[in-house]
Amino acid sequence: MATAIEVRDISKQFKLYTEKQTSLKERIIKGGKMPFTPFWALRDVNVDIMQGETFGILGRNGCGKSTLLKCIAGILKPTSGEIRVRGSLAAMLELGAGFQPDLSGRDNIFLNGSLLGLSHADIEKRYDAIVAFAELEDFIDNQVKFYSSGMYVRLGFAVAVNVEPDVLLVDEVLAVGDASFQRKCLDHVKKFQREGRTIVVVSHATDVMRQNCERVMVMNHGQVITIADPGEGIRVFLADLLGVGTLEHSESGGIEGNVLAIGVVHADHGGSGERMHLYPGESLTITADLDSLAPVPNAMATIAIHDDKNELVFASDPDDPMCAIEVPEGGGIVRFHFPEVPLLDGTYSVSVGVRSATDTAIYDWKDQVTKFEVANPGRSTGRVRLLPDISFRLRGLGLTGEVPAVSSGDYAPLPLPGWEESTA
Amino acid sequence: MALGVDQPAPAGSEPERPMIIGGSTRFVPGQSHDRITIVNGKVQLGQRLVDLWRNRDLLMLLTRTELKVKYKESVLGYAWSMLNPALVLAIYYMIFKVISRTQQPHFAIWLFCGLLVWNLFNNSAQGSTTVVVGKAGIIKKVAFPRELLAMSTVGVAMVLFAIQVGVLILFLIGFQLTPDWGSLWLLPLALIALLVFTSAVSIFLSAVNVYLRDTQHLTEVALMAWFWLTPIVYPFEQLGTHLAKYHLTWLYLANPVTPIAMTFQRVIYNQTSYVATKNNSSHVATQLLPAYGDSWYAMMIGIVFVVSVGLFLLALIVFGRLEGNFAEEL
Repeated sequence: MATAIEVRDISKQFKLYTEKQTSLKERIIKGGKMPFTPFWALRDVNVDIMQGETFGILGRNGCGKSTLLKCIAGILKPTSGEIRVRGSLAAMLELGAGFQPDLSGRDNIFLNGSLLGLSHADIEKRYDAIVAFAELEDFIDNQVKFYSSGMYVRLGFAVAVNVEPDVLLVDEVLAVGDASFQRKCLDHVKKFQREGRTIVVVSHATDVMRQNCERVMVMNHGQVITIADPGEGIRVFLADLLGVGTLEHSESGGIEGNVLAIGVVHADHGGSGERMHLYPGESLTITADLDSLAPVPNAMATIAIHDDKNELVFASDPDDPMCAIEVPEGGGIVRFHFPEVPLLDGTYSVSVGVRSATDTAIYDWKDQVTKFEVANPGRSTGRVRLLPDISFRLRGLGLTGEVPAVSSGDYAPLPLPGWEESTA
Repeated sequence: MALGVDQPAPAGSEPERPMIIGGSTRFVPGQSHDRITIVNGKVQLGQRLVDLWRNRDLLMLLTRTELKVKYKESVLGYAWSMLNPALVLAIYYMIFKVISRTQQPHFAIWLFCGLLVWNLFNNSAQGSTTVVVGKAGIIKKVAFPRELLAMSTVGVAMVLFAIQVGVLILFLIGFQLTPDWGSLWLLPLALIALLVFTSAVSIFLSAVNVYLRDTQHLTEVALMAWFWLTPIVYPFEQLGTHLAKYHLTWLYLANPVTPIAMTFQRVIYNQTSYVATKNNSSHVATQLLPAYGDSWYAMMIGIVFVVSVGLFLLALIVFGRLEGNFAEEL
């Protein structure tokens, strides 16, 4: 199979000025030279992307993945190296395409289509499809500046995919829009895949990568870390993202005027020692060192787990008698054991606290004091590991598959997928 | 639409000669899906020119867009394109006719000829300084020959020029004046030379202003000085005769807008001198333009054209070098 994109020794240097000086006066004062720090956004990047492949580029913010995409799109010129792209190309970079806010949606479709290399006649042919895809029939003659951000993105995506490029570059856009539009975008991406078009997706959303990509390239500091299948790539990415000190031990601690203080908090799991992460379903043990100046007979140990978006995933019941602990003078170790962690991919932070069982006093609370990470070797996505039992049987007698009758004419029942055939 | 994968290049066949584009990826629909675009840091002048030509439709569209946006929110809309030069014309007319009491006949027409040329140059040059900066949204998202943005300001100025020519024709009919029909052929040549020169200046300014935002303010001042260095409100000979004493006429003519403005005045105003009556008795002849034939004007236009083509290519090279980092500078 031929290559769609060949990236050869691409390097891109940005000049980081301590303070951006674009006025002539400042330049003259500085004698024409401005102090800058060279920053290599890309360093000797080499990759071949095959025709018909869906290729993911993973990396944390600032790793150079978007810069690479812009170089492939021809928007930025590389400092050295060469990129060869076979066939036509359209790029969806960040939010929306380059729209003119003062123009109507209609005018912008024509402008954007032309910028992407379509002739007027070509755009006219696709115009209805673009408007329908963007679901903007009622607003197409309004100025784009009055559009909501969702409408803006929908229009941008609609133009880009309807150009029917041989190579589609997508930067994070799949993460925007409402759920139904996201599904539509993904459906379209799937259609592109079936049609044998090349898609390059840049993201740090591992589940998008896992579900859609055939190969994944992990980047860090402008360099390629690895090019591998999605499972392995995501594992490398997560390890890289969190660094060596994945399960960092908190160094803070000590007792300051409080009776009881939490010292070192430590996370231990089924994969400890060999892996930085645990697999879904493995066990997890959190141990927290407690120091106390005096005996604390009526204490309650609490634990909370947050995900990387700082959403609470779990908090223990503060009044659960199981949490009651009796701390003697000098302290001890409190242990939270989860026999099975039913979480999928992600980095989770652990907060530990000790409070009084009798009143509202909180002896100590260590917020997000340690982290653990779950990496899913399988292809299921989401947050929670559910193990559905899936079976299939034919409909039995008496099940006609008819849509239940609705008594009033107020609303029409939504046809459920798969019902149309049986009612027809 | 057939896809690359459905019709793979026959194994072992020689691939199509790669299209090398310095930095700007450009795809033309209907071309082979095996067409290869190369992105690198080099500036390929020939390819840039080819790209510009291929995308002339886009230039039209960008020009239309610019015009649309320009007058979109204003109540008077396109009327502004006429009101503005009309007001300028009226002001100069008042100053020179009423206050300075020039006796030049049909002074308004004389002014109009020069202003026509100047407005085209001035509008493009001034507009071009901000066009790339103002289109940051597009530049950051799509790859296309960005010179077209600068050239679209020339396109806009050209549309305004056409409207003004229409008004000038009405003036000529109103004053019952006839241009020099025999020399009319000079006008399209002069216009082409002016367009090439204006494009060169606009492309250059549009790119430089991305890095040096002073350019737009500097341009404003420079254009004002340039205006008075060009024989538009005053005749060429007024300054030309002085300069001739020091053999500096060439310096005066080195301003490419000067020969173009003179050509317009020569052909449309159709008078190279006039006789004014002073104190009811003495007649004073005033020379407006040098009394050369068409060939002199044609030669001057030719020189401007050749120089402008050189400047245009130079501007493309400069633009190509600066363009590489537009997306990050904006």
